[in-house]
Order: sequence, then C-alpha cells, then structure tokens
Amino acid sequence: MTRIIKYVFYDILRTRFILFYTAFLMVCTFAFFQIDGDFGKVVLSLMNIVLMAVPLVSVVFTTIHFFNSYEFIELMLAQPVNRRAVFLSEYLAVASSLCLAFVVGVGFPFVLYGAWQPISSLMITGIFLTLVFVSLAFFASVLTRDKAKAIGIALLFWFYFSLIYDGLLLWVIYSFSDYPLEKLTLTLIAFNPIDLARIIMLLQLDISALMGYTGAFYKNFFGSNLGILFSLSLLIIWVLWPILFALRIFNRKDL
Amino acid sequence: MILIDNISKKFGTLTALDQVTLELKGGKSYALIGPNGSGKTTLIKSILGLVVPTSGNILFDEESILNDWKYRDKIGYMPQIGRYPENMRVGQLFEMMKHIRQDKPKFDEELLDAFKLYKIFDKRMHALSGGTRQKVSAALAFLFHAPVLILDEPTAGLDPVSVEILKEKIVHEKQMGKLLMITSHILNDLDEIATEMVYMFEGRIQYSNTIELLKAETKETKLNKAIATLIRQRELLQSVTE
Repeated sequence: MTRIIKYVFYDILRTRFILFYTAFLMVCTFAFFQIDGDFGKVVLSLMNIVLMAVPLVSVVFTTIHFFNSYEFIELMLAQPVNRRAVFLSEYLAVASSLCLAFVVGVGFPFVLYGAWQPISSLMITGIFLTLVFVSLAFFASVLTRDKAKAIGIALLFWFYFSLIYDGLLLWVIYSFSDYPLEKLTLTLIAFNPIDLARIIMLLQLDISALMGYTGAFYKNFFGSNLGILFSLSLLIIWVLWPILFALRIFNRKDL
Repeated sequence: MILIDNISKKFGTLTALDQVTLELKGGKSYALIGPNGSGKTTLIKSILGLVVPTSGNILFDEESILNDWKYRDKIGYMPQIGRYPENMRVGQLFEMMKHIRQDKPKFDEELLDAFKLYKIFDKRMHALSGGTRQKVSAALAFLFHAPVLILDEPTAGLDPVSVEILKEKIVHEKQMGKLLMITSHILNDLDEIATEMVYMFEGRIQYSNTIELLKAETKETKLNKAIATLIRQRELLQSVTE
C-alpha cells in the first residue's frame, strides 16, 4: 500500500496544484495580518475563507484527481493489488496532501507572527473540513463514470452544505418561530459539517453570541468543551460515512 | 486451472455474458473468438476481477476470485486498449510496475529488448503511437514470468515485424507450458498459436473444443475457413429450427 501511495503522491506533486493552493492560503493569511494586527480578528477573517474555500478546493481537486488517475487505478487493479488498498491509498494521498497544504499555508504565517494561541481551532476545523469534503468528493466520483457529472455532484455537495442548508435552516426557524426549536436546530446542525466546523471555531473563540440564536443556545446547552467534543465526534462521522460508502461501491465497480 | 462457473453479467438491460461455463486448463492455449460485442473482453475482465459478475463464480486454482486479489500475481494481462498514466515516462512506467510486483526475483525483459523499448524510455506515454503502446502493453504482460497469460487482441495495430516477434514470444511461452488465452480477429495468427478454440456469440459460448477437432468436423484445413463453415452451419441450423 505504501508503494501505491508513493506513486499517487508523485502524481499529485507533479501537477503543482497543491503548491498553488498553499501559496494562495499563505498570501491570504499574510494579507489579513497586514490589515489588522489583532490575532482574533485575523482568525475570524480566515474562518470565512476556511469555511468556504477549503471545502470548495477539496471537492474540485479530489474529483479531478480521481478521474485523471483512472488509468492508473485501472492499471493497478489488473495487478496483484487489493482494490481496497488502491482506493484507500488514493484517499490518504489526496487527503494528506490537501491537509498539509492547509497546515503549511495557514500555519506558517501564524508561526512567523508568533501567534500560537488562536491557531489550534483553525487548524482542526480546516483539517476536518478537508477530510470531510475529500470523502464526499470520492463518494461523488464512484457514483458515476462521467467526469463532468461527478464534478457536478461534488459541487452540489459543497453548494448544499455551504449555502442552501443554512437557507433551509433559517426558513425552518423563521416559519416555526412560535414553537420551541432549540433541540430541533441542534439536531439539524449535526447534518451539516460546515455548521459543525463553524460552531467549533466560534465556541473556541468565545464569540458564540455573534452567531445569534443557535450559537448562544449551543453554548448554553453544552458549555464550550462538551460542545467542541460533540461537534468533533460528529465531524469524524462525517469523514467516515462517505468514504466507507464509496469504498463499498468501488469494491463492486466495473472498470 | 481456471474454472468459470455459470457466470452472467448484465450492464443495465444489456446482457454481456449469459451463463458462461468454461474450464481453462494449465498448459493449453485457448483462442477466444467471436464478433464484436460478443462478450470476449467482458469474460477476460471478469477473470481479472476488473468486472464483477452479476451471478456465478470464477475459481482460480480451486479458489474463488470474487474477494481475492493475490491470484493476479499469476496472471500477465495485455489489454485490448492499453490505458496508462499519460504523463508518465515509459521508463518510469516499467519501474513502477516492477516496484509494485517486486517480489519477483527476475524479470523477463526479452520483449523490451526485441521491441527496442529502451530507446523510448524517456518518452511520455501520451506521446506514443497506438502501435508503440501495444508494444509496451505486451512487454508488461510478459515481464513477470506469469504462468497464465491473457492477451486481448495482442497483434492489433502492430507492424508485421513486431507481430512476428510477439508471435515467436507467445509460441515460446506456450512451449514452456503456460496457460494462454488469446482473443483476435486475425485468425491466421491464432492458427499457429492456439490449440483450443472457444467461440462466443451474444454472450454465450457456442463452441468449445480443440482446433484439430473443429477442422476435422468442418473438413477444412485452415482455421479461418473452418470457423466460417462453423458459423454458416450454425446459421443454417438456426433457420431450420425457426
């Protein structure tokens, strides 16, 4: 398996996309430091980038990579190599290179400015969002043989979780505002990894009141630590289910 | 050595393989013949585990291949259309394949030499012509001394000199007692290589026997004539029964 990971890594590095991604994140982070010296505000500004850009990049890069390495996968599967090993190698290589790009791109400027403290929640949410959306993109990729369709499905995941879902949530809260909705919204948030990531960051930054109604309730319900733990475990589930489903489908897929 | 036990494969509504049962014995060479779309490649891909059959089972050395992958160590496969990572150099491709199957102590690089593939080791795969790509596929299939060789249209697209080189190699491997399975539309090539014939039509095996017997049955001396006669006889039979 390590042999296969090595070749997938080699292929990823060769496209240089990861380097551009790292540079992009680094430029953004430096720019925010230039605009404002307050670390808290920098983290807050970066949060919006992390919540929008990281899932988008993960989804698009993963799907394109998967279909570009279709030939490689085909070649490997005619060899004495386990299907599961091929698939998991692809996943591990893509996920770890995207995570590494994120950690270096965002982490390096923070280290340079000596801001160790506020960085942990940013790193954790960034890494988890990358893992979740790489999983979802792999899931989208094995659903169809058509590259354009797969990218479409993967983008739909991103669009749904970053925009549509919040709209629906607001609509539910607004239309049923006469009823007690705390528990319901809490449950509904668990179904959106981006919301979960946002909650972790806000609880950590201790500005949950800014998130309004749900944020305040979340804080009230769990307290900071339990809330973070709860969201993290939900995020782990969000990493696992798409990739496990994808693996199941891939194991029975015709090439 | 390989037992295909009543497998069927459906792609949506299309039935690519319809209850195919076939036994491939070690040391024999099988010619798999049939019109386009008769299920030859699907059958081969099923043996390799690239296509998962809808029903039925395939046994390799008496063990089911359905959830296994180690048996592929014993198979050298030359695909009909070789698809390789396009940005890789030819040399890198060979290095990678050796690295992936590195438990072999020695590699069979006869074809690499014969096709002079060393000369194009620094070319990228996307820059290769169709014929050169076939040569790469062929060299990869023979590289690992596999006791089973599955060749899907090995001579298609090759120039006459290379065809002879490849045929010589195939005959040589056959004499070493390997199990060969070859599909081709160039029946003259098969005449020299194969001893058994499997004729497929619309996902079913219509005829499976030795080529000697086929020639005797149809009273022909050439394989292509014999097969043409066989097909005509079948058609006649069909029109009578209908």
